Amino acid sequence: MDPILKVIDLQVSYYTDAGRATALAGATFSLNPGEKLGLVGESGSGKSTMALAMVRMIKPPGRIEAGQVLVDGVNLTALSEKEMLQARLSKIAYIPQGAMNSLNPVTRIGSQMTDAVRAHDRGASKTSIDDRCRLALESVDLKPGVAQMYAHELSGGMKQRVCIAIGILLKPKVIICDEPTSALDVVTQRQVMETIDRVKDQIGAAVILIGHDMGLMAQFVDKVAVMYAGRLMEVSTVSQMFTDPIHPYAKALISSLPRLDNKGVFQGIPGLAPSLLRLPSGCPFHPRCSQAMDICRTDIPPSVTLPGERAVLCHLFSEKVQL
Amino acid sequence: MTHLLELKNVSKVYSRGLLSKIATTALADISLTLESDKPTIMTVAGESGSGKTTLAMLLLGFITPTTGQIFYKGEDISQLRGAERMTYRREVQAVFQDPFAVFNPFYTVDHLLTVPINRFKLAKSKKEARGIMTDTLEAVGLHPDDVLGKFPHQLSGGQRQRINVARALVLRPKLLVADEPVSMVDASLRASILDTLRGLQRDYGVSIIYITHDLTTAYHIAKSIIVLYRGNVMEVGDVDTIIKDPQHPYTRLLIDSIPWPDLSRRWGETEIKAKESDISDHGTGCKFLARCPFAMDPCQNPPPLFRLSEYHAASCYQYEEQPGLPADQLSSVLPV
Repeated sequence: MDPILKVIDLQVSYYTDAGRATALAGATFSLNPGEKLGLVGESGSGKSTMALAMVRMIKPPGRIEAGQVLVDGVNLTALSEKEMLQARLSKIAYIPQGAMNSLNPVTRIGSQMTDAVRAHDRGASKTSIDDRCRLALESVDLKPGVAQMYAHELSGGMKQRVCIAIGILLKPKVIICDEPTSALDVVTQRQVMETIDRVKDQIGAAVILIGHDMGLMAQFVDKVAVMYAGRLMEVSTVSQMFTDPIHPYAKALISSLPRLDNKGVFQGIPGLAPSLLRLPSGCPFHPRCSQAMDICRTDIPPSVTLPGERAVLCHLFSEKVQL
Repeated sequence: MTHLLELKNVSKVYSRGLLSKIATTALADISLTLESDKPTIMTVAGESGSGKTTLAMLLLGFITPTTGQIFYKGEDISQLRGAERMTYRREVQAVFQDPFAVFNPFYTVDHLLTVPINRFKLAKSKKEARGIMTDTLEAVGLHPDDVLGKFPHQLSGGQRQRINVARALVLRPKLLVADEPVSMVDASLRASILDTLRGLQRDYGVSIIYITHDLTTAYHIAKSIIVLYRGNVMEVGDVDTIIKDPQHPYTRLLIDSIPWPDLSRRWGETEIKAKESDISDHGTGCKFLARCPFAMDPCQNPPPLFRLSEYHAASCYQYEEQPGLPADQLSSVLPV
């Protein structure tokens, strides 16, 4: 199967008064239709920047410096602004963090959905738009009557599902969900994630789930990408990640998780995430790494592809390949 | 001996407007005691709207109960005046959810720590105040040089939340009400904040009421747990027993929905029965009735608590043959 999404060496910088901050330093990965990728990392590791860059919504002082985003063979970074406007929602949909609070409080849900369709298909008849909205609401388990309601009449989980419904109106090939359930409780969270899973299967899209809840990742995604200081430290399948993480940061992250069998053991990762304006030389993780070597302080490790479609950014493995 | 804290049949009802007959029972008839000689960590868990924050507000004296009374060291907290009220204010402290919202951006973090020291006259001199500040910051695992004199925006979420814990600790509290203290903090920092809280209980003898919807962290930090749903107690007891072997259908659904970071433990197969949009609030029976897969006829009446073992009770008619537990004996099934 050909990948539906290919991201090649995507780079984003923010030009601040204090200097240039490289928020995304060359990310490369691909996704097949129907595949679910989890993007995890601490706050400020570049997860949301990556999502914004993929839909080309990076605003000044940020800039996409290099790289390509290919969806279904179309290079989004080469499109004109007008073409990109059409591509959003129809090729790639982005459901931002806290999307449920972005619903317009003074217009009905239905007219907000109609707006989205009209923007892409000016000639669409009213009945075809209504049908589309009804189907989208149905596929996220909401009654058609929700279209007549205002945002304040809905619960948090329902609002989040409305946002997913808007996201899938035009059957995009890639859906990016940025922390879709961070404000919801566990039962509602499960319902929302099950909804995303179901609509993904209906329209055969690839899903990127951004978050820092490793538990949610274990339950939902197929592949996990661990980000740190704007770099993809490790990309591997969910079973590899949870049973045998190989990057020292991924290892520390996995062992810091609370489990049922280690009650009362709190194992954090020592140190703090670096500021993007003052990245340490060499590997950005080396000051917190228990296996840091001399080369880690001077050279940025290359991305190494290991058997089983794993990619890892660490000198421990670049040496093994050379040997 | 008097209890540190005692709740006697406390209920809180929010009514809408003067004429509206619709009232929401945020917390229904809860009785609870905490002993002062045995510091413990107790979790109050439940989803949004379960009444857990209402309970926190009641304990902190921000709102008054509609019926029932809350006693702190034998005194009704709504009747406290003068010096006694100050003691209560000092000894019952809170840590809130959002480490970003509680700081005033115009002041350095020192301000947050000096205000309580001055207010309660804990130090005689500036030097002594400084000493208290550095001691407490060290107690929560921060280097005073790293944080003192800084503005809130210069600190990470984890540092801020630990300063909040330090602010509470400055006053040498007897009881700490922690309302979702780690839900807005990165996973890698959660562990260290929970560890800090547990250290307070162990080393400083502070009892902690840990309010959360996250049963994973509750399991790791607490000794006992109270599961609330729409203001009613669903299940109470020892945290190990309840997380590993939940009996109430609601607790089972809750625990089944926890996304464990463990591939062998998949997300529950149990179906979530009703969608939240279908549930009406105005039943007289069991609050969980509409979503319960085991609903029976008796469930039209509110179920009392049934005692399942020494440290375990559930409010469900499935356990009707077990001995009942009077609502005011709730604390007897909570291990300390």
